[in-house]
Amino acid sequence: MLELKNISLAVTEDSGQEKELLKDINLSIGDCFTVITGPNGGGKSTLARVIAGIYKPTAGRIFFDGVDITDMSITDRAKMGISFAFQQPVRFKGLTVMDLIKLAAGKDTSLAQACAYLSEVGLCAKDYLNREVNDSLSGGELKRLEIAMNIARGTKLSIFDEPEAGIDLWSFNNLIRVFEQMHEKINGAILIISHQERILSIADRIVVISEGSVSREGSREEILPSLLNTSDRACQTLMKNIV
Amino acid sequence: MDNIEKNLLMQVADMDGVPEGAYNIRSNGKLAGRQSTANIEITSKEDKPGIDIRIKPGTKHESMHIPVVMTESGMNDLVYNDFYVGDDADVLIIAGCGINNCGHQTSQHDGIHTFWVGKNARVKYVEKHYGEGDGDGARVLNPETVIHLEENSYMEMVSVQIKGVDSTIRNTVGDLADGATLIISEKIMTHEDQVAETNFTVDMNGVDCHADVVSRSVARGNSKQIFNSSINGNNRCTGHSECDAIIMDNAHVVARPALEANDIEASLIHEAAIGKIAGEQIIKLETLGLTEQEAEEQIISGFLK
Repeated sequence: MLELKNISLAVTEDSGQEKELLKDINLSIGDCFTVITGPNGGGKSTLARVIAGIYKPTAGRIFFDGVDITDMSITDRAKMGISFAFQQPVRFKGLTVMDLIKLAAGKDTSLAQACAYLSEVGLCAKDYLNREVNDSLSGGELKRLEIAMNIARGTKLSIFDEPEAGIDLWSFNNLIRVFEQMHEKINGAILIISHQERILSIADRIVVISEGSVSREGSREEILPSLLNTSDRACQTLMKNIV
Repeated sequence: MDNIEKNLLMQVADMDGVPEGAYNIRSNGKLAGRQSTANIEITSKEDKPGIDIRIKPGTKHESMHIPVVMTESGMNDLVYNDFYVGDDADVLIIAGCGINNCGHQTSQHDGIHTFWVGKNARVKYVEKHYGEGDGDGARVLNPETVIHLEENSYMEMVSVQIKGVDSTIRNTVGDLADGATLIISEKIMTHEDQVAETNFTVDMNGVDCHADVVSRSVARGNSKQIFNSSINGNNRCTGHSECDAIIMDNAHVVARPALEANDIEASLIHEAAIGKIAGEQIIKLETLGLTEQEAEEQIISGFLK
């Protein structure tokens, strides 16, 4: 479904030095549940933004359903079937929750459908549909709306950038359920950027990105145990040092 | 009434035919239709152009329309409308002015509206301003609104100018007695070389009165906007004013909010923000399949909704 071939992204920093954020990334993402993980600052979100068309790679090509989308705009990629839930959702003064759900799902979205999307992410539609997407919504509420918009779009590829950030424990349990259900429903690919073990544990495939490169890639069974061991060892070392 | 005038009436007062309740339609400086009701009496002024509107005490859930339309180029129309709202009344007043100027000369309408709102009365006042026409003559509207609120009365003023007015100076002043509430909501969009100046002055004189002045505007092209507000707390009272502007292209926006507390129990807040549309807002809507232009339109129409 999605193929990244030799994707690199370099930027020039204020100091004039060139920095490579992504280095020769090759990835093939099929109709499955893929989680991209890795250390902070490693390039995960940058890669998601390259797929959505927000950043243009300085080298390499991106193919979606066999079509080269490297030079396509964000809009055209969205229309082809790519959804992207931001890590930090955007606020809009004046636009309501219903407005955004309609923009995501289509103008003819009924009230009942909109309510159903919101209910899936644990928002009581009655209280939210007419709320403005402004400072009055909490970070967690915005995050859930962001996820609801991806559900409403129901596209072939849904990307979520750290969906768990800002979500409380109750919502987090539901979030896992949302991804599982979505995976069954849309018959497409779900790509999640996450550090969360619970999300990693439901992935079909796991990709580890570090220092702008794919450091490991494989099935959950292949990758997850080594990730957990690494973090266990790191934690034990840290505890020893502290004690 | 021709189709141009009918369209103007639709734009400024949502009027499609004769409205329900009381009305007074002014077209090109002359009376084009009037109806009083048992509770709302409209009479012409004898000493100057304009009308007196007397709303009986206790009148509930009635509405009135007082639109003005102008289609003659080069007209300069000045009108004084005085509203006497009786105690305990609860009414909706829809005003507005539409100008169609197809000529080369300036068309100007200055409406001076004064409200005396009685004790415990409630008024919602909606005022829309709109301009159109192919001519290069300017369309000028300078409304002045004077609001006197008696004890425990409530007035909500909604003022909208979205399109086609080349120059406007909008002055609104209000004074509030004990327990009175004044809510003002203004929405303005300017294009090309248009100029819009807004001046609000509210004197909160009574105990426990409250004022809330909120302005949202979009300045595009080479247009200029100036927002001045002065909220004066002269007693134990609460006041809030907010000016929020989106600036685009080569536009120019000035916001000068002023708060003046003359009583230790006066609690006053002001919020002001001017900025361009955030890039992330456009990007988010693009990821939903909108083009950049569609995203911009969506953001602006939501902002001015």
